[in-house]
Amino acid sequence: MSIDWNRLWPTLAAIAIILGVVPIIGLYMTFIERKWAAWIQDRVGPNRVGPLGLLQAVADGIKIFLKEQVIPSHVHRPLYLIAPTIGLLCALLSIAVVPFGPVGPEPKGGFRAMVAPGVDIGLLFLMAISSLSAYGIILGGWASNNKYSLYGALRSCAQFISYEIPLGLSILGIVMVTGSLNMEKLVAAQGPGIASWNVWWQPLAAILFFVAALAETNRLPFDLPECEQELVGGFHTEYSGIKFVLFFLAEYTHVVTISFLTVLLFFGGWHFPGLTGAVDATWLGYGLRWLVLLAKVAVVVGLIIQLRWTLPRFRFDQLMALAWGSMIPLGIFNFLAAAAVITFGWNRWWLAPLSLLAMTLAAFWKARTLANRPFRRPSSLVGAATHSSRHQQVVGSKS
Amino acid sequence: MSETTSGKKKTKTIQWAQPPRIGLAEALYLPAIAEGIATTVKHMIRGKPMTRQYPEVEPEIPPNYRGVHRLNRDDKGRVKCVACFLCQTACPANCISIEATATDKNDPQWADRDKYPKAFVIDELRCIYCGMCEEACPVDAIELTSIYDATGLSREEMIFDKEKLLSVYDETIHSGKDPDRTRRGTLGPASDWVDGTVPSPPPPGGGLPGR
Repeated sequence: MSIDWNRLWPTLAAIAIILGVVPIIGLYMTFIERKWAAWIQDRVGPNRVGPLGLLQAVADGIKIFLKEQVIPSHVHRPLYLIAPTIGLLCALLSIAVVPFGPVGPEPKGGFRAMVAPGVDIGLLFLMAISSLSAYGIILGGWASNNKYSLYGALRSCAQFISYEIPLGLSILGIVMVTGSLNMEKLVAAQGPGIASWNVWWQPLAAILFFVAALAETNRLPFDLPECEQELVGGFHTEYSGIKFVLFFLAEYTHVVTISFLTVLLFFGGWHFPGLTGAVDATWLGYGLRWLVLLAKVAVVVGLIIQLRWTLPRFRFDQLMALAWGSMIPLGIFNFLAAAAVITFGWNRWWLAPLSLLAMTLAAFWKARTLANRPFRRPSSLVGAATHSSRHQQVVGSKS
Repeated sequence: MSETTSGKKKTKTIQWAQPPRIGLAEALYLPAIAEGIATTVKHMIRGKPMTRQYPEVEPEIPPNYRGVHRLNRDDKGRVKCVACFLCQTACPANCISIEATATDKNDPQWADRDKYPKAFVIDELRCIYCGMCEEACPVDAIELTSIYDATGLSREEMIFDKEKLLSVYDETIHSGKDPDRTRRGTLGPASDWVDGTVPSPPPPGGGLPGR
């Protein structure tokens, strides 16, 4: 059996790039995040190691590799050891079908900036694999044999199940109208100007996708599985050293993946006004497209970091209410609207006002119901030692 | 007790407020998120860091700071302490232990003194830095300096004996942060100030002595 090197080397090169770059990105994202948080909170941030603290990430990496490997005696050893690996494995597998550079829609030989180019179920594969990373968290939390870890894992489980649905629903509209699950074709359909980006005719889907994807990464507005104030550290309480880092690497890989996905699905990928023609016709155009893609991804990553330091954490019932009460109905509406557009052959631009109108109506309805909640006067509760009604607040003024 | 009267009673002491009405903008979430991001971005751009680069830039210690102790010297360079045990008695943490001894009257160096501490040991780890030893001392021999970062590699290292406490005096007296607050040399009352002014006696009928 002979190996076709002409077909094999581009894949190996892409894998090498992913494996080499992802840990560095992970390490440096922690550094950027710390620096960014410091700027937001009027601090300086890490500035001791190297110029501007740039070597802090390297120092952290060395420290964490040399750290003692503590395995508590009460854990389920095999699952405890395998859980972080599952998390990282799923994160890395899901990035396999994400183009990290400009890739043309037609299959071609040679190096392409993608581990698995030309996968026709690319998006489906990605959704399937990335949701498997919940196993890493659940197994890690369960194997830790610690009730806080288990709480974190269970929360994560509920959160993953809830937010998978709006995540899937939000991309259905694009997939149906474009007619493909292939990532390269999805991006190619959005070229070359700004006006053909998906976000303009699917704004609601873009919002739903971004929020649901944020929930999938367990990042701050939705980081209930690991919230420090309630659960010590959540599912990774019992993890230390390199195993802890694997969990974090998985999280940051997820962040990078969803940033890429947001850009590729809704913001035109490597398309930018002025960049026309085939993707790799000229080296200049290829390089510029790469820059455009990375710049867009950097903006989304920045937005995610900014959101982390802006928004407080959801309460768990709020988290569930957001998914089941708002995002899933809106996602279903978006899906039905797209289906109607295809069935009746309407112009797809009708989807934008329709979905925005739906979102506003939903918010209007929610505001109405919230405003019309019955307010029980305290006189009806006199004598009760503890008031459990959530409408009551002991406030100074404003009778 | 009827319901209405007690209800009225309650409203007098506690005012019950309705939660603010949620409008369309709040129910949409997005304007509030944009507002929050605007706030954080404003801090990113305009906010001045509050950080003090500590090892390089040291904090300004107020003059009444209570740090590591020192044992002052008198005008002849001898330990000023007269081994009266008042500080040891006043210490709430029992961290001072003094061993007193009588002076040799034939020694011209000690002819004017009756008693001095042969050993004066303070356990700096036990001390709670309340400053009561300083207040108790009738001759201003023990003082708390502004040294806030004393460290040691062992517990024994942090038990300061007489020589160590005198060396703290030698180190801090010329640093500018901890000037000798009382007249050097003279073993007078504790309120014997450097500039020579002696505080007036307390007014008849008690009260705090004026400065």
